[in-house]
Order: sequence, then C-alpha cells, then structure tokens
Amino acid sequence: MELTITDRALLAAVAEGLPLVPAPYHAIGAAMGLSEAEVRARLANMAAAGVIKRLGVIVRHRALGYTANAMVVWDVADRAIGRVAAALAGEPTVTLCYRRPRHPPNWPYALFCMIHGRDRAAVRATLSAMIVRHGLEDLPHAVLFSGRCFVQRGARYTGAAAC
Amino acid sequence: MPPLDAIDRALLDRFQSGFPLDPRPFATLGAALGIAESDVLSRLDALQASGAISRVGAVVAPGRAGASTLAAMAVPEARLDEIAALISAYSSVNHNYEREHRFNLWFVVTASDAAAVQAVLGDIASRTGILPLDLPLLEAFHIDLGFPLQWN
Repeated sequence: MELTITDRALLAAVAEGLPLVPAPYHAIGAAMGLSEAEVRARLANMAAAGVIKRLGVIVRHRALGYTANAMVVWDVADRAIGRVAAALAGEPTVTLCYRRPRHPPNWPYALFCMIHGRDRAAVRATLSAMIVRHGLEDLPHAVLFSGRCFVQRGARYTGAAAC
Repeated sequence: MPPLDAIDRALLDRFQSGFPLDPRPFATLGAALGIAESDVLSRLDALQASGAISRVGAVVAPGRAGASTLAAMAVPEARLDEIAALISAYSSVNHNYEREHRFNLWFVVTASDAAAVQAVLGDIASRTGILPLDLPLLEAFHIDLGFPLQWN
C-alpha cells in the first residue's frame, strides 16, 4: 500500500506508543486533526497491509528475566538460505530470522536469527538441539550474546536523521 | 522490579499482538481479564514505570515505512562507552546494544529514506574513525507475533 503523509505521521505516533488514557485513538487523532474513526480505520488498513507488524504490549525481555539473548549468524550458501531459514523460522524459540548482506572477509554471515532464553545455558541447549534436528552441524556460524543495552525505543520514521 | 501477579502476567502474555482497535481498547482488555478499565491503565502505567514494558504500541515492518538498517561496529573495548553514548544520542537510532564478538556494538538506524540512513552511518564513521558494517534487511522469514513468556 502507498502510505500518505497522514499515514506516516500516524505510524510514527503509534510506534512511539499509545497514550495510556481511556480513549487513546481519540487522543492521537485530536493531536493530528483526525477523527477517532479515521485513526482506527487507517491503523486497521496498515495492519491488514502488513505495514504494522503488530500492535500491542511491547515487553522488555531483560526486565522479565530473559537475560540471555543470542543473535546466531550463519555462513550459508545463497542457494541453501531458503531451506535453512525455513527450518530456523519454524522453531518456537526463534523470534526473528532475516537474510542480510555479507561483507567478506570480515563478515561472511548472511542469515541471522534471534534466540531468547532465561540464561545462556538454556540458549546454548536450544541452539544445539536445533542444529542436530535440522542437520546444520557443518554450517559455520557464530553466536553473539548480548551485553549491555544502551537504547531501546520505538522507531522514529519521520523527521530528519539529525543528532 | 515489583513482583508481577497473575493479571499482570496475563496483560504481558496475551496482548503482544492483536491489540483492539475499538474506541475503548483498555476497557476491552479489562473485560477479557475481568478487571476495570482504570485498573488496566494503572497496571500498564506501573509496568512501564518498572521497565517491564517499553510501551503499548506498534512494531512497524522493516522497510515498509521509511528506511532502516542494522549496523555493527568493531570498537576497541576502551572506547566502547564513549562510542555507544555518541550513537545513542542520534534520534534516528532506536536500538543500540553491546554484543560479545569482535563486532561488539550493534544498532538500528531508522530514517525517512535510504539517503538519510546512509548520512547517519557516514557521520558516525567520520566522528569515530570506525566504519560501520551496513546490514540492511534483505528478506524476512519470520512473522513476529510477540514472544511466548514462560513463568517459572
């Protein structure tokens, strides 16, 4: 779908978060000069079109005890990416699975997936089981556990990319 | 963080996606949980204040509105705090994490278009002397519907 300027402004507002008031769509609309019904209809359209991936409570896994979070990256041949990605994406503990560009020689990895767990041992056990289940033993990969979190907030799509 | 009761846990578990688009969405959540709208709002306020949730809001599909990329930098340990703070100060950076690897600083840049994203990466490279790896999303294989929490 083609997003209008109004859609983009609305998207930016809901990505930052709904106001925690009884009628949040009315409040967002009032700030933008839109009726509540129009706000709801535009959000429904953007959700149906997949522009909004999900609308809901955005939890901070770390604060809830999911302190281990590994990004696992795989050096998999282009022709095999689809097959390996389908196997990984079907795992319930894998929350994201993306193809990204390689930058050889420093960065040979093209497939990224994210695994969350309560501790590192749990994440490692999950990963080992996945590797065996899908026959990925020969695939070079790296496990990048997360350390400190410096920023986590909703994406800001509008406005200039300034400091 | 204060302990979470069964209703807090249900709020966190059941509404990570599919948040209602009706005029009084928090009343709808309350009806599903058997509590008042005002109780839903005060619990969400408390969960936000304690850091259990970042917000009630939208996750936007990458690449569908504006442009974004994942970037990684190999930062000498002694400069990590300084460079992480420099990167966090950009309003276009919405995630910024340390990871245990030679590429130890990872962040997401989101802006109105691809040129604006590249301008931020270029600015960071010139201010730090370290070239970020540019790792934009090429293909997504997983639909993020939130994350099933397991309460011990």
